[in-house]
Amino acid sequence: MSTRASLLIGLLLLVLLALAPVDLNEVGVPYPGLRRYGTYILTLWLVTAIAAMGVNLIVGYAGQETLAQAAFVGIGAYLTAIVTKAGVPFGVAFAASGLLTFVIGIALGFPALRVQKHYLAFVTLAFSVLCWLVFRNETSITGGVMGIRDIERPSFLGWPLRNHIRFYWFVLAITTIMTFVLWWIVRSPWGRAFTALRENPLRAESLGIDVRLYTLLAFALGSAYGGMAGSLYAPLVEFIDPSPFALGPSLLFMLMVVIGGSGTFLGPFVGAGIAVLLPEWLRAWETWYLLIYAVLVMIMMAFFPSGIVGLAARLVARKARP
Amino acid sequence: MTDFLQLLISGLATGAIYALAAIGFTLLWQTSQTINFAQGEFVMVPAFLALIAMRWFGVPFVASLVLAILASMLLLGVAFRYVIVGPLIRRGVLPLVISTIALSILLKESVKDFYSAEAQTFPTLLPDTLITVAGVSVSLAQLGVLAVALVTIVLLQWFLAGTRTGRQMQATAQNPTVARILGVPVERMILYTFLINAALAAMASLLVSPIYLAKFSNGETLGLIAFVAAIVGGFNQVRGAIAGGLLIGVLDNLAAAYVSTAYRQAIPLILLVLVILFRPQGLLGRKEERVV
Repeated sequence: MSTRASLLIGLLLLVLLALAPVDLNEVGVPYPGLRRYGTYILTLWLVTAIAAMGVNLIVGYAGQETLAQAAFVGIGAYLTAIVTKAGVPFGVAFAASGLLTFVIGIALGFPALRVQKHYLAFVTLAFSVLCWLVFRNETSITGGVMGIRDIERPSFLGWPLRNHIRFYWFVLAITTIMTFVLWWIVRSPWGRAFTALRENPLRAESLGIDVRLYTLLAFALGSAYGGMAGSLYAPLVEFIDPSPFALGPSLLFMLMVVIGGSGTFLGPFVGAGIAVLLPEWLRAWETWYLLIYAVLVMIMMAFFPSGIVGLAARLVARKARP
Repeated sequence: MTDFLQLLISGLATGAIYALAAIGFTLLWQTSQTINFAQGEFVMVPAFLALIAMRWFGVPFVASLVLAILASMLLLGVAFRYVIVGPLIRRGVLPLVISTIALSILLKESVKDFYSAEAQTFPTLLPDTLITVAGVSVSLAQLGVLAVALVTIVLLQWFLAGTRTGRQMQATAQNPTVARILGVPVERMILYTFLINAALAAMASLLVSPIYLAKFSNGETLGLIAFVAAIVGGFNQVRGAIAGGLLIGVLDNLAAAYVSTAYRQAIPLILLVLVILFRPQGLLGRKEERVV
């Protein structure tokens, strides 16, 4: 697909998404708009997709494994909740969340990437559990298992985002910007280096690409996406406690990106959609949901390791061939 | 001082159990490049297999322990090798990593949904009576755990170094291609590794469950400790995994007593970070040359 065609499709999708919670009956379209809960789920999907984009950069482009994305989301969420409650503007909290998680990413990735592949996985695994312990035990700062409640939604240029539809638009706008930034990164020479690195690290190195530096930056940037997603998560849910930032959710982030299609641009959106919507659809099944999901992932890995987007691309290509 | 000795002995006992899980993890990695993110669940499940045999089918205690080990070798050894690792190993490491993560969720949820979400008491072979030697009192059960785990480790070391099959397994681990050229049945050696891993995990499970109770979520901590022990000791060495396991067991017990129980879990993690910073090949490991 040409760049222009993808841009057009993207724009169309954006318009449709922006209109999703709006009642269109007034302009003659028989569409009632999403209700409050539907809009909330849609916003949650966007926030999850931002974090998943970060994981995709680390896993799909830089070829590393991160098992701490939920912890980074947690750092962003706690930081935002704590400082906005102290009166700091949301914009500052958002930037600080991104910056802090970027710096932590550098600090974690630097020693881990010196060694061999997979060490980053173990270091992030350890970090994930450590973060969870801090969230749970440092009651005076994080509220422990009781969490932090009544986190206020910010206002944007004097426009209050208390209303769920307005907050949704705000998150949609930020997601769009962050998607474009990532798109630009992946297409820049810098991003091409990532692809070279994933396909053949040894050859990439022989061509003069500093593999360690690139991988490190990819990891830090991907983690910063997690932090910024967390910064949006806190005012979305208006309440945070340690459980969504534990090791389990970090593992689910890995699964959703690979299921969606790692290394593809749409993969994180599809994966996040499944991860957010599947529990809603399988609500009647409740406890069975994770079991079903795990089995689906294993089947998927055995037969279509390129994920849903990869599978769709293959089907389209087959159809296009006469 | 006597306190310290008691903590040391109970630390060595839990450490020996961790070592069993870590050895299996290291063996799998060496012979088939399988990073098993479900290793913790492999240590959680066999206790429930024994409980099922005992409570659902009324099998006597010792027989159900044997049954649990055999069933684990079949399920977590043979089936894991052929159903999950087999089709994925050619596709590279990432799909396998994802699949073992999914497997860990599957095992955990299955135990929770089909057996119970509650922690289950698990009987011990030896009674919990205290023996006091020179002022140091140790429970018989702990000594039993230590003895069983150490005997298992010594037998394994003897098998790997002293028998023909064991040396063939080592050859497979070090260089599968050359091993194949020399006539080692590489595929069968890989299967043996999976069987040994399952058996070790089952042993660890049956030894740890009387201490920590059997619960579906136990695998999270146990798996983490197995990874940390393997890396701290040296990822490419079986004796590294043993040393790492024992070290973490002792540190864990000392930390629970002298530091804080809230951050007890953090000790192995901090150790991991320190080792990766200052001695990335592990305490007993040797540096690996990069292969083109």
